[in-house]
Amino acid sequence: MDDYGVLIEQQIPRLRRYARALTGDRVFADDLVQDTLERAWGKLHLWRRGSDLRAWLFTVMHNVYVNQLRSRAAHPAVSLDESELNLLDRAAQTDRLEIRDLDVAIRKLPDEQREVLLLVALEQLSYEETARALGIPIGTVMSRLSRARERLRRLMDGPVDGATLRVIK
Amino acid sequence: MPVTEAELQAYADGVLPDTRRAEVDAYLASHPEEAERIAAYRRQNEMLRAQFGPVAEEPVPDRLRRPPERRAKPWLRMAAAVAWITVGGLIGWQLNGYFGEQRLEASAWARRAAVAHVVYSPEVRHPVEVGADQEAHLVNWLSKRLGAPLKVPHLGSIGYSLVGGRLLPGDRGPVAQFMYQDAKGQRLTLYVRTNPDDSRETAFRFAQENNVGVFYWLDRKLGYALSGEVEKAELLRVATTVYRQLNP
Repeated sequence: MDDYGVLIEQQIPRLRRYARALTGDRVFADDLVQDTLERAWGKLHLWRRGSDLRAWLFTVMHNVYVNQLRSRAAHPAVSLDESELNLLDRAAQTDRLEIRDLDVAIRKLPDEQREVLLLVALEQLSYEETARALGIPIGTVMSRLSRARERLRRLMDGPVDGATLRVIK
Repeated sequence: MPVTEAELQAYADGVLPDTRRAEVDAYLASHPEEAERIAAYRRQNEMLRAQFGPVAEEPVPDRLRRPPERRAKPWLRMAAAVAWITVGGLIGWQLNGYFGEQRLEASAWARRAAVAHVVYSPEVRHPVEVGADQEAHLVNWLSKRLGAPLKVPHLGSIGYSLVGGRLLPGDRGPVAQFMYQDAKGQRLTLYVRTNPDDSRETAFRFAQENNVGVFYWLDRKLGYALSGEVEKAELLRVATTVYRQLNP
C-alpha cells in the first residue's frame, strides 16, 4: 500500500492544478481532489499496474466531476449562487485584466470543452491520453479542442473588438 | 496532402510530426489569418500554464496527503450512517416513553461522539457551521440550544486552535460539537451534551472506535467527549487541559 501511497501523492499537485483550472475555485477544487483520491483508493484494483497512473487519476477525477455536475444540476440554487458570487469576487480582486479575462472566459466554455482544453494545454496530456481519460474517441477530442480554443479566442478578443469599433469611423 | 484542422491544433501544441512541419509552415505563411489564429492558440497555452502552473507548487493541504482510509474507513462511514439511523430510532423510542438503561447509555454517547468526529472532521468545506471568527455568536447559539451555559476551551497554548462548532442531534436533544486543529491540520472534536442527572460526576473514561480515541467524562450539568485520531497520551493531555479550563 505504501508505494501506491507515494505514487498517488506525487500526482496530487497536478490534480490540484487541473481541478483549480476546471472549477475556478480553490475550495471546490480541493473538494474535487479529495473525492477523487478517495475514489481512487477505493478503485485502485482497477488501475492496471504499469499503465499511466496520472492519466488514470484524471479519468477518476473526470467521473467524479461529471457526477458532481449532475448533482449540482439537481440542486442548482445553492451551487450557482456560490460559484457566481465567487466569480464576482475574483473579478473584483484582480487587476490583471488579461488573466482575469482568461479565467472568466474559460468558465464560459462548456464543461466538456474546458476539460479537453485543460488536459491538452495545461496538463499537456497527449491527444490519445486525453481521449482515454475522458472516455471519448480521439476525433471528439480534436473537435472539442478546436471549438474550445476558437471560443476562448473570441471571448478574450471580444472587448478589444469593441474598443476598435469605437475608434474606427 | 492538404493541411487539416487537427494538424493545426497539433502545430499549436508543438506535437506535429516533423514530416508535416514544412507543409504546415508553408500553409500558414500563405494564410495570415490562420497564422494569427494558431498563434492565438499558442498564447492561450502559455497563459493557461502561467496562470495555473503555480498551483502545482503550492503546499498540498495535509488533508489531501493522508490516505483516505486513515481518515475514515468505508466500513466506519457505514457504521456512522448506521449509528445515525440508530440514533433516530432511539429518539423515536424515547418519545414512546421508553427510557434506556443508564449504564448502557454511558458508553453509547461516547460512541456517538466518535461517530460525529468521523463524520465531520474530514470535511474540507463545511467542517463547522459557525467558524471561530464568530466565537461569541457560536457560544451563545449553542448555549441557547442546549439550554446550558457553554464555555469553549482555548487550546492555543497546547497547539490547537478553534475551527468552530456545530449543532448535532443527540439521543435526547441537541448536542454541540467544537472542532480544533493543530498546525498540521490534525483535528480534534469536543462533543458536549447535557446530562439528565446533573449531580453526577465521573472520572475520565477512555474508549476506542477503530482509529478514533475518545476521552469522556460527566461534569454535573454537562457531559464532554473529546475525540481524535491521535495517540492516547496526546488525547489525554488535551482532555486534561480542557477539564482544567472548564473547572478553574
